[in-house]
Amino acid sequence: MKAQTMHTLERFALPLLAMVLMLALWEYSIRWTGTKVFPSPMAVEHGLGELLRKGLLWAYIADSLRRVALGFGAAVLAGIPAGLALGWYPAVNQVVNPALQMLRPISPIAWIPVAILLFGVGDATAVFLIFLSAFFPIVVGGVSGVANVPAIFRRAGRNFGLSGPQLLARVVFPAALPQLITGLRLALGIAWVVVVAAEMIAVDSGLGYLIIDARNSGKRYDLVVAAMLIIGLIGLAMDVCFRRLQAIPSVRWGFRSES
Amino acid sequence: MALAGSILPSVKPKLSAQHINMVYTRDGASVPVLSDVNLDVANGEFLCIVGPSGCGKSTLLSMIGGFLAPTGGEIRIDGQVVSGPDPRRIFVFQERGVFPWLTVEGNIEFGLFRLSREERRRRVAHYINMVGLIGFERAYPAELSGGMKQRLEVARALAVNPDMLLLDEPFGALDSITRLTMRSELLRIWEKERNTIIFVTHDIDEAVQMADRVAVMSGRPARIQETVVIDIPHPRDISSARYLELRNGILEQLGLAHQI
Repeated sequence: MKAQTMHTLERFALPLLAMVLMLALWEYSIRWTGTKVFPSPMAVEHGLGELLRKGLLWAYIADSLRRVALGFGAAVLAGIPAGLALGWYPAVNQVVNPALQMLRPISPIAWIPVAILLFGVGDATAVFLIFLSAFFPIVVGGVSGVANVPAIFRRAGRNFGLSGPQLLARVVFPAALPQLITGLRLALGIAWVVVVAAEMIAVDSGLGYLIIDARNSGKRYDLVVAAMLIIGLIGLAMDVCFRRLQAIPSVRWGFRSES
Repeated sequence: MALAGSILPSVKPKLSAQHINMVYTRDGASVPVLSDVNLDVANGEFLCIVGPSGCGKSTLLSMIGGFLAPTGGEIRIDGQVVSGPDPRRIFVFQERGVFPWLTVEGNIEFGLFRLSREERRRRVAHYINMVGLIGFERAYPAELSGGMKQRLEVARALAVNPDMLLLDEPFGALDSITRLTMRSELLRIWEKERNTIIFVTHDIDEAVQMADRVAVMSGRPARIQETVVIDIPHPRDISSARYLELRNGILEQLGLAHQI
């Protein structure tokens, strides 16, 4: 019973306390510096209320989420087969890998001019940038997932008479799944970072647009900070979902060190 | 509980390895691993292969499993040359071979995909019972002990009804008490199923306790130095004079004094 209480305390109460302390520090800094530009927690809360009343907040959140869903979804659809194929055919991987490794470190932000050239200013550009940012981590997760499947598993699969495609579906894929999920988690995190940047430049809706718009039209830093906090919260929620995914029994074995 | 002597290689052996040679090429130099290995195994026989570590026992077993082709000679099973892995002979690794993403049931069912649902269910239940994993049907390997995982892997192999089990130091990673129980479990199962078993080990006691015959391999390049018939009926008294005599004979074959 006592251990249970300690656990609840560590899990919920202490992190909550840390947040309260940060808010207090924020509030105190505002008062101490007497700034007129940077908003206090209260002002941000008012800003949030204003956005909610105007119905803008939900619309912007939905727009950002929609773009991420499209771009990330496309990256999943293209990246998982690509990653599995490259892992499955090391000879092909050897040919493609150098090009891939060169494209990978290019920040998706650097692609903005090219994306605008290709897709114009609008949704498609934002979605394309998110796709790009998510695609590479997913492919890399797939390749290394397949490459790291212990030989003993493939051998056992072949021993039971599995054909090539069966081996891929029943041994290699499930064995690579934990690393694949790690790649997806990483990719979604990056996609969520990139959507904000893309929306600042390519479109006029969404949380990224909210930030740049609030700053440009009247230096509404209360709205800027409100949008930042919303972005943080949604990012956290998405990561929590992935953690749930990692706890599913058929993949949990691959995350021993984390649990 | 037949005497070992009664199931010695008969006219038509189950397995016949003729003049097996294996040479690895490493950094341009060729390393001979096996040289002129000849081996016959009778149907339903329990054969142990012992030898110094790294001598090529596992290499030989991999060849019998069809995972590796010899550089010389050929292995025939039921008269056919082994050309690849086959569900009729299942290779059992140390317990690391079970699939961690499948439950106990899922693992046992793994090789049964060609059978009807009804038959699959029947076999899974049968072998879960046989290896004593009742109550763990839906458990994942991570929740099992080493001994349970090893039993699971044996059950997965037996479920496809193979003629042959190839076991590569299957109990090597288990603690000594679990290892002893696993030996009698395997013997109990073998007496029921009567598959041909080829069992690689470096533990001479293990070999003498279990096998009908023990093939003793030399150091590299390995050949079969001698095969010893273990003519003691099961259950074996491991303090009997005959047991000690056979064991000491093998120790001497390997050039090991039996005094510490």
